[in-house]
Amino acid sequence: MHPPELKQLTATQKIRRMPFPSEVVLPLRQHAGKPARLLASRGDHVERGDLLAAADGFMSVPIHASASGRIAELGWWPHPDGSMAEAVRITVDRFSAQLPRPRMVPHWEGLSKEQVVNAVQQAGIVGLGGAAFPAHVKLLPPKDAKIELLLLNGAECEPYLTTDHRLMAEQPERVIYGARIMMHALGVTRCVIGIERNKPDAIEAIRGALPSDADITVQPLTVKYPQGAEKMLIKALTGREVPSGKLPLNVGVIVQNVGTVATIGEVFETGLPLVERVVTITGPGVRKPSNLLMPIGTRLRDALDACGGLTADVSEIIFGGPMMGGAVSDLDTPIIKGITGVVALTPDVARTEPTLPCIRCGRCLDSCPVFLNPSQLGLLAQAGRYEEMEALHLADCMLCGSCSYVCPSNIPLSQMFALGKAGLRKQKVKAAAEAAAAVLKVGAA
Amino acid sequence: MSPLLVFTAVLTLGGLCLFFGVTISLALKKLYVWEDPRIDGVAALLPNANCGACGFAGCRAFAEAAVHGHVAPAGCTVMSDDMRADVADYLGVHAGSTDKRVARLLCAGGTDVARRKADYVGIESCAAAVAVGGGGKGCAWGCLGFGDCAVSCDFDALHMNANGLPVVDIDKCIACGDCVDACPLDLFTIMPLTHKLIVQCKNLLEGEAATEVCTVACNACGRCVQDAQPGLIQIRRGLAVIDYEKIALAEIGAIGRCPTGAIVWLEGAQFEASEERAAVAV
Repeated sequence: MHPPELKQLTATQKIRRMPFPSEVVLPLRQHAGKPARLLASRGDHVERGDLLAAADGFMSVPIHASASGRIAELGWWPHPDGSMAEAVRITVDRFSAQLPRPRMVPHWEGLSKEQVVNAVQQAGIVGLGGAAFPAHVKLLPPKDAKIELLLLNGAECEPYLTTDHRLMAEQPERVIYGARIMMHALGVTRCVIGIERNKPDAIEAIRGALPSDADITVQPLTVKYPQGAEKMLIKALTGREVPSGKLPLNVGVIVQNVGTVATIGEVFETGLPLVERVVTITGPGVRKPSNLLMPIGTRLRDALDACGGLTADVSEIIFGGPMMGGAVSDLDTPIIKGITGVVALTPDVARTEPTLPCIRCGRCLDSCPVFLNPSQLGLLAQAGRYEEMEALHLADCMLCGSCSYVCPSNIPLSQMFALGKAGLRKQKVKAAAEAAAAVLKVGAA
Repeated sequence: MSPLLVFTAVLTLGGLCLFFGVTISLALKKLYVWEDPRIDGVAALLPNANCGACGFAGCRAFAEAAVHGHVAPAGCTVMSDDMRADVADYLGVHAGSTDKRVARLLCAGGTDVARRKADYVGIESCAAAVAVGGGGKGCAWGCLGFGDCAVSCDFDALHMNANGLPVVDIDKCIACGDCVDACPLDLFTIMPLTHKLIVQCKNLLEGEAATEVCTVACNACGRCVQDAQPGLIQIRRGLAVIDYEKIALAEIGAIGRCPTGAIVWLEGAQFEASEERAAVAV
């Protein structure tokens, strides 16, 4: 699949540090897994990098203050997923130098695996490619898994986004440094960085920074969507296919986004936890599209202001890319750890066309990267027959949106699959609750 | 074809038929399980909607339980009183009685009172809309109004009103709970019709933050707590919560000073007043 790349708006724009906004909002749930446990209280003064909420278990990461200031409120705030979530709102000191407290930076060479994993967790690092999966969990694969290869994902196949592109072009040393730390923690000797061919400057920069004493190589990739999906990337770089329902570690591979790796590098350079990230603010509705380095928790409104604001005719704003991202309904929504970009669309791009009946052309089958039958799944979704969708491997669908994109009848297939997945989850939760209730009943009798 | 061949074929197949026929009839005798014939009788009298509102797996399971005396005929909420009497007569038991229960919507934020912050365009379903920026409603806890519940209702008891809220027809509602499962925001609850005091809101915001998104939201001011019998109502996480264990203490006075109208005293269906308002406005 080859959707228009539309990256030219920001592909050559250097990463620019955004001025600190007057306020940052940090939801406790910014990662996959359990939300962080709140430690801070209202009225506290915090410096940049201070701990606000601790990790609640292994599948969780802490949240740090992304700017120095005073905690104005602990309460409900719009979350990028559209719900209201508990968040810490910090009024930023206007005249602060925003310097973090002095801190010790450990030498990674001297640390054991577990210590590196722990340091990565304590720094609050999650996958910055969008899914926000805690990074340290991938660094500690189960004992019986044999990991032999680290893959770095620099494909960035989503249209519009140039976050990873600029990062690789401008800070290749940091990516390599992070890669070395990850190789040390995983105990692997080989690392391959996959970059799509449409980013020649990034490929060039990374090649220039490759060390002579470690087996790290760059592999240019064909430009196609979804090249950056984990399983697609593994196939393209190693020829191995991850079986249905299995993880990359089942074929001896760990995949990590280049942005995440660069952040791990930064943690072991400066000691500062994950408090800022690069976000591409782009689209026809933004006056001055840019790649901004901004504090985590910057409200969308402030981020857009730093890019000259919106044009008058914006009709839709998306967090993430246009293929997989989600629409935002509130300009006060904060930009959290997993958000790669903001795309503001105008009516000529974000037009909606009426959904027509399926004409059985089969284009969705050709486009599906995991060889599902979207047409059949779509019919089942319409009828609410979720169990049958599961039997047709709905779990393998990663909601890449390719089928929706190619459908000449404008059938919102991937949205229907998201519905199917949600419906199945709900049924399972209900079945589990009923089973538990039945056990209780038997116990009581 | 020789006559012998025909004869052999007829004999072979006939013999097989005879053998299996005898085996089956013997097996039927040997493996016979006596079943109370009244189960079939009761099942025939039941509505056979298989809705599950009685708590059994279906109408036949209910019939079995009724015959064994585990449940009174009134346990079926779908039947009319006459039908219950028929079942009771058939079994020679009392029909029993149950509190009439209905589905109640814990949101009164129709389009006339709740703010929208964005428009959702896509599949016309609450479950789909809620995944796209929360569906664009100002209140993240409130009813989205696409009517997944009305679609799920097998008894034609749910209809969307002019303000985009589902109205439960309390005569038709049999408390099966399908709408409870269908609502992605968990806004429905099944409760006895005699519980007249309810808080029609799930918004956890407090004060002006709540009323800014919806003028009939509970702003957690706590006046109902003071006006009701002690212990009946509590403010918990930005919401007035009624303790239905103590519902006998409920009096209409509790709603008197509510500044937003989030807590209501229901004599019948929900949203009758707001529908009248809409009719007047038209």
